[in-house]
Amino acid sequence: MNKLLARLMPNNPGRAVVIGVPYLWLVLFFLLPFLIVLKISVSEMNVGQPPFKPLTEMVDNFLNIRVYLGNFISLFDVANDDLYARTYLSSLKYAAWTTIFCLVIGFPFAYFMARARPTIRPALLMLVMMPFWTSFLLRVYAWKAILTTNGVFNQILIGLGIIGEPLHMLHTPFSLMIGMVYVYLPFMILPLYANLVKLDGRLLEAAADLGATPWQRFWLVTVPLSKSGIIAGSMLVFIPCVGEFVIPELLGGPETLMIGRVLWDELFSNNDWPRAAAVAVVTILLIIVPLAIFNKYQAESQGERT
Amino acid sequence: MSESSSGTAASAPAAAGGANKTAADARFLRIENLVKEFDSVVAVDKVSIDIRKGEIFALLGSSGCGKSTLLRMLAGFETPTSGRILLDGRDIAQIPPYERPINMMFQSYALFPHLSVWDNVAFGLRRAGLPKDQVADQVEKMLGLVQLKQFAKRKPHQLSGGQQQRVALARSLAKRPQLLLLDEPLGALDKKLRERTQLELVGIIESVGVTCVMVTHDQEEAMTMASRIAIMSEGRILQIGAPAEIYETPNCRFVADFIGNVNLFKGKVVEDAADHVIVDTPECRHYVGHGITGTEGMEVSVAIRPEKIRITRERPGGAHDGFNCVEAEVADLAYLGSYTIYHLKLATGLLVKASIASVERLPDWQPTWGDKVFASWDEYAMVVLTQ
Repeated sequence: MNKLLARLMPNNPGRAVVIGVPYLWLVLFFLLPFLIVLKISVSEMNVGQPPFKPLTEMVDNFLNIRVYLGNFISLFDVANDDLYARTYLSSLKYAAWTTIFCLVIGFPFAYFMARARPTIRPALLMLVMMPFWTSFLLRVYAWKAILTTNGVFNQILIGLGIIGEPLHMLHTPFSLMIGMVYVYLPFMILPLYANLVKLDGRLLEAAADLGATPWQRFWLVTVPLSKSGIIAGSMLVFIPCVGEFVIPELLGGPETLMIGRVLWDELFSNNDWPRAAAVAVVTILLIIVPLAIFNKYQAESQGERT
Repeated sequence: MSESSSGTAASAPAAAGGANKTAADARFLRIENLVKEFDSVVAVDKVSIDIRKGEIFALLGSSGCGKSTLLRMLAGFETPTSGRILLDGRDIAQIPPYERPINMMFQSYALFPHLSVWDNVAFGLRRAGLPKDQVADQVEKMLGLVQLKQFAKRKPHQLSGGQQQRVALARSLAKRPQLLLLDEPLGALDKKLRERTQLELVGIIESVGVTCVMVTHDQEEAMTMASRIAIMSEGRILQIGAPAEIYETPNCRFVADFIGNVNLFKGKVVEDAADHVIVDTPECRHYVGHGITGTEGMEVSVAIRPEKIRITRERPGGAHDGFNCVEAEVADLAYLGSYTIYHLKLATGLLVKASIASVERLPDWQPTWGDKVFASWDEYAMVVLTQ
């Protein structure tokens, strides 16, 4: 705490302002809304406005605080309804697969980008970032047009005579994975590239000199030394993927359960704000917090090294 | 001290074995007409060297002279454009680096930052597929050799520069290579530590008995550590020889100038006898006490090291009166403790450097700024350079 205060209030007021503005932003637009969500998640549902009951009421001069845990209990009540448990697992599964695919595709990409001649690296980097010039939503919609039954992809396959009947690809796990990997790939490539470009080529030569084959050099030198880039990239892909809503909504199907869609349904279809809030809180506590701790631990062990 | 220790290394293989073995040992590493071109720029130009078994051989030159490219071709990181590299009779030019019986100690060491000292040293042994206990034995032996046993569990960044250098040495020696390459082995250390480490390094290399090729731009390092030195410039070898040979009898102006300081007088041969030559230069007439391969009238340079020049108040008399002596004015001087450097200005405008050891300082007279003095040297102090 003292450390935090010392950091927030250094001798230099200009520095305090510069550091303070983003902190203030995060408190106002992240911490406060989260506390509101937390409050709603322990409220009872209410038919009417607002759609949740107050936490406190005065009865006979007693201040009653009513913390309702039913929303959380029902989430974990697997015997009664395992939808939430299945949804959490399925979200983790899709996020994990997306991360793995992004890593497998992104690593060679980043590697060759980092090994390319310095003069063409900026151009390659620009190509990776190019998709950001178009709206995210438009790009996902474009995939819809590509993958639909009468879409570009099917027409090409039929035109080439590879298939006779159009394939059903849209609204399947396949289309969901395509969309997720496509959207999140740059978030994997950029930290990996930033890491790999610093890799000292002489270490690879030293490994070769000591008898390591190219394959061994990759696994024994390149991969361990790009660990921080792999972790950073995986975090940047995995965390938002778990809570992803738009891509599953547009490209996923009925069987592709994702937590973002369940949350949406609770909020807008069932108008059950407290339960939607509980879903969000559990997502954060169960998934994001352990990852954040892991990340911090990793960052510390990395910091030790350099 | 180092001279004598490296001297034994050079003579040891010659003493061992019969004549055949000696001949093979003298060409243990044979570099033949080696050429390396990068996009039509010639980095290494028809280099041929024979390196004896067990010797420490230095490639000395300024940056960009091709010495590092030559070393990288020995290690296998560059493919020669043409020419051959024979190690113990076997052509290795086409063998990839990870299959060569050659290990390299890299400039600034290239230790694996994610591995402990122990694992760094074990890296090569594990790649060779040695059983665990043999790996452990050899790593312990190597760490003992460089006196780093107590640091085995540390990561490279937790070690000082000198310790890192020893880890790098242990790692490159662990696989018992037939040839050890050193790329600027002490370049990353500060001066004091460098001087101590030079002899330490030579001691370890000689105790292992490995043949060693080192690259350096530091002439003192090369002269301290190597039994023989090759001077390189613009991709070519200019001279190969023992340190004393290269210093005392450089074969061209570049080498004379590159190794130590030298005063050059340009002139013409006026008398060419078997046991002496006389060279006329605008400054004075030189009587050189040895013959040269040249002809009368030939344009040559006479090279004289600063420490071989005497400074006197009176014109010295002697065997070759009138030769090897110039009148000069002290333009500048710098007292450096063990010796003093004088910059002497001659009548022709030429500046001559003379260094006078402090042991020769006269109690009653020291030349100072503006003094008229005589600089002289004897007939064996000079080298006549035809190139």
